Amino acid sequence: MTAMVAAILALAVGTYAFRLVGPLLHGRVQLPDHVQRLLSAGAVVLLVALLATGALTEAGGFAEWARPAGVLTGGVLAWRRAPFVVVVLGAALTTALLRAAGVS
Amino acid sequence: MLDRSLLRDVSLVCLASGVVGVSFGAIAVAGGLPVWVPVVMSLVVYAGSAQFSAVGILLAGGGPVAAAATGLLLNTRTAAFSLAVADVLGDRGRLARFAGAHLVTDETAAFALAQRDPARRRAAFWISGIGLYAVWNLCVLGGALAGSALGDTARFGLDAAFPAVLVALVLPAVREDAGVRRAALLGGAVALAVTPFVPVGVPVLLALTGLLVLGRRV
Repeated sequence: MTAMVAAILALAVGTYAFRLVGPLLHGRVQLPDHVQRLLSAGAVVLLVALLATGALTEAGGFAEWARPAGVLTGGVLAWRRAPFVVVVLGAALTTALLRAAGVS
Repeated sequence: MLDRSLLRDVSLVCLASGVVGVSFGAIAVAGGLPVWVPVVMSLVVYAGSAQFSAVGILLAGGGPVAAAATGLLLNTRTAAFSLAVADVLGDRGRLARFAGAHLVTDETAAFALAQRDPARRRAAFWISGIGLYAVWNLCVLGGALAGSALGDTARFGLDAAFPAVLVALVLPAVREDAGVRRAALLGGAVALAVTPFVPVGVPVLLALTGLLVLGRRV
């Protein structure tokens, strides 16, 4: 439990430090363009990897079909520029309905 | 001053984020974590994707160090966002600056940057920031308290909601920049390929090798 508290604290302090970068550096430093591009591209790469593994894997194996089908539905809705809430609910509803129908 | 469309968009994102918050609290507690873990984490960390990945790693037995490290790595992007909205935070005295910094998220940065006029930019940031912080934390608390009552959350398909949220968040960047698209596809493929063989949390870090094919902006 102590380790869990320490992990939450470390994550909180570190995250807040990242958030202070802007206000503290404002007007003092200008990041070179290619560094800014690398930072933002890195964030996108992390998020895509997170969504790919989150959609398809569970405990190191395949997550079964219901979840990826739901994520795919959400992805198609997002691609068609559906509002955020429709994307979220569409994904969850698809997965829930498939599971209710017996697809794990 | 503030048009209805901004308030409508903020409410919509608050609603969506509330749904995700409930699912975060419920998933954490249904997975076996005590109620205070998702609640405190939401108050002090306040970053959805990092919280989900940290809790996911904790629940999968990946350990607190991997959980914190992965969350921090994911949150490095907040530094870039806080630089982007620094002008909004910079001119309101010290307290507002330090409190406002905690409200910097993907969503608040997006709302602020969508406004041209400095006054509207400030208003968009603070309205979306305070609204999202309140809704997110209340909904996480609600989800955590309901967690065990909800029973098997897999029934509600909430596990599909989070990857779908990420799809919606990254789609604009992936759509408009071919280099980012290449890097993200390669990174995602690497993460999936190594998942069966490495500890939880590591696949996402290895995905950063995708940046090798980033190239120049065209």
